[in-house]
Amino acid sequence: MTDPLLWHRLQFAFTITFHYLFPQLTMGLALLIVVMKAQGLRTGDQRWDAAARFWIRLFAINFAVGVVTGIPMEFQFGTNWARFSRYAGGVIGQTLAMEGLFAFFLESSVLGLLVFGERRLGRRGHFGAALALLAGSWLSGYFIVCTNAFMQHPVGHEVGADGMLRLIGFWAFVLNPWALAQYAHTMVAAVVTASFVVSAVGAWYALQGVHVDQARRFLAVGTGVGLVASILVAFPTGDIQAKLVAAHQPVTLAAMEGRFATETTAGIVLIGQPNVAAERLDNPIVVPGFLSFLAYGTFHSEVRGLNEYSRADWPDNIELLYYAFHVMAGLGTLLILAMALAAYYQLRGTLMQRRALLWMLLLAFPFPYIATTAGWMTTELGRQPWLVYGLLRTADGSSLTVHSGTALFTLIGFTGLYFVLGLLFLFLMGREVAHGPTELSHG
Amino acid sequence: MVELWFAIAAVMLAAYVVMDGFDFGAGALHLFVARTDQERRQVLAAIGPFWDGNEVWLLASGGVLFLAFPRVLASGLSGFYLAIFLVLWSLILRGIAIEFRSHVAHAQWRAAWDAVFAGSSVLLPVLFGAALGNLVRGLPLDESGWFSLALFTDFSAASPVGILDWFTVAAGGFALLALAAHGAAFLAWKTDGPVHERSVAAAGVLFTAVAVAWPVLTVATWFVNAPMLREVWRRPLALVLVAVAAGGLATVFLGLRTGRPLRAFLGSGAFLVGILAATAAGVFPVMLRSVTEPAWSLTAYNSSVSADSLRIALGWWVIGFPLALFYFYTLFRLHRGKAVAASGSEGY
Repeated sequence: MTDPLLWHRLQFAFTITFHYLFPQLTMGLALLIVVMKAQGLRTGDQRWDAAARFWIRLFAINFAVGVVTGIPMEFQFGTNWARFSRYAGGVIGQTLAMEGLFAFFLESSVLGLLVFGERRLGRRGHFGAALALLAGSWLSGYFIVCTNAFMQHPVGHEVGADGMLRLIGFWAFVLNPWALAQYAHTMVAAVVTASFVVSAVGAWYALQGVHVDQARRFLAVGTGVGLVASILVAFPTGDIQAKLVAAHQPVTLAAMEGRFATETTAGIVLIGQPNVAAERLDNPIVVPGFLSFLAYGTFHSEVRGLNEYSRADWPDNIELLYYAFHVMAGLGTLLILAMALAAYYQLRGTLMQRRALLWMLLLAFPFPYIATTAGWMTTELGRQPWLVYGLLRTADGSSLTVHSGTALFTLIGFTGLYFVLGLLFLFLMGREVAHGPTELSHG
Repeated sequence: MVELWFAIAAVMLAAYVVMDGFDFGAGALHLFVARTDQERRQVLAAIGPFWDGNEVWLLASGGVLFLAFPRVLASGLSGFYLAIFLVLWSLILRGIAIEFRSHVAHAQWRAAWDAVFAGSSVLLPVLFGAALGNLVRGLPLDESGWFSLALFTDFSAASPVGILDWFTVAAGGFALLALAAHGAAFLAWKTDGPVHERSVAAAGVLFTAVAVAWPVLTVATWFVNAPMLREVWRRPLALVLVAVAAGGLATVFLGLRTGRPLRAFLGSGAFLVGILAATAAGVFPVMLRSVTEPAWSLTAYNSSVSADSLRIALGWWVIGFPLALFYFYTLFRLHRGKAVAASGSEGY
């Protein structure tokens, strides 16, 4: 435990995982708020504005926690991953600075108008504020995904004479195909999270028989957008992402599937436990030929196993990577089924009477959070042992001047602080949901 | 190109200090200038529309250092490790205090967040000032440009140095004083009633203290980094910037005397920009000064990325920076006039 690398990794993993609980809701919710405001503009029905007003209040709480937990992320590149920052700053510093200049300034200026400016801006202006916030938050998401995509699949760079990276192709870097695919996948997943949360609150009100009119609106928007988004997460975005992994990180694909031997007609694993020591998957239940098909397009394509690669290039936590991937894919499938069922009865107009389905929607909202977290774990554990894929190993990126006692100190500090923050967040969210949608106060 | 990016980084950091500085100052003072819940909501209404955007200047200037001078960013942040996390935790608590306070109308809930807001707003200027003090005093950089500093050693400002010693604590104290004064000028401008009157009174006292402390800190600097002061004296640009700072301070007193708080606030901004930019112009090209061996210092020249990377970044910076200024212009226009404490759930 005197090697600080573990603490550096745990601290980044913990702070980024906690942080991303909030932006995924705000990015997705921004779209749903725009939908509600647009409905209000289109129909002239004040109750759509009341629906949007309620979600804007919840948005603001999430946004605040997202902002404050986001600040440490940029700085931890320098504090805990100094050798990586020195090595790659010339490239990834660009997207991080652009995020501030192009996205954060816009978001921070507009948020106040959206939260407090409804009366002053009027309907159109307020809709415009919602649109601007959507643009800002989705732009911010792109810069971060683009930064991550460079670490997954570096393009547009050159190793300089001093051994550090330099940017030579701006557009190659900014339009990295990996970034485009990962962005689409990430953003529709964020919309899924928001759709489930909106549906869950609708279901909660419907089950109690309170705010019934608003519950109907939440369920309509939540299940409508939610069904489309949850399908898009799997196909085409998840599918494209998987094919990129197969093409550029084949050893990662093998580890995600717990596949040690090379095979043609490779099956996809539904369940089983990777036994890394014995180099096999225990108790596997497999759909034959499907992995070959999903990764390379035919049922007979060869899928290479981990044994084809040097152990030094294996992801260093194959078990967790395998489970993260299967939890994401399994939950992703179940979420499509849940939304399809709910949307079917919503279209028939009987969802409000189906108490079992309402219960399901109410209890389902944590699962998209788990799925997105597992998805990011798949991405990040799958990149190991590399920090910048094929260029810089994780073990060579950490700060050498920070010893394990110091790193553990700050990790413990974050754990305590974020525990308190999480409690306060849940308390305030609970109050808002209990309070429910309100009329615009006159004053 | 390197000189240009050094200037860009300096300007953006100065913008951060001026912008977030006024809400730090307002936070540091609000327990004194605003006594009732209504008055405190008035203070929050004054800074509420701005504080989040102000903080973006920190992220944006961090990003600029990251892309242009990654060696400086990597070495500085990892070397100041514990101090950086104190800053980050304070920023987290402070943001939460501002945003969560209004959600529950309960005396103890609000009193607790007021205390968190005040405490973090005092701690942050001290830490940032101490950080700047460290850059002026110098750091124990090794041959490859890394260093590691204890939070404190024996407070002597001599090797082995710590992040906090008599000089850096003095710099932190000066930063707190200057930003509290800056915040008082801002509140004097943006509020009315008792908060306005107390802020005007506080500004008078605080700026007098700043005017006294500034030369004292300059003399103190002589003991830890005399060459820098000689360079300021020798370089015309640095001297002009010192004049800007002095002129700013004079404008503050003029503005306060004639009852024009906006003028005082702008003068205070000029003062802050002047002393920060004069320091930057005095130390250029050194960014992290090595006290172990002057040749090991990290300078703009030996720490920058290649010129082609910098040219690429300039391509989007010239679009993004005016855009940021435009957002702030719009924001200040939309929220012109005196800030009014919100009623019910309609504001902070």
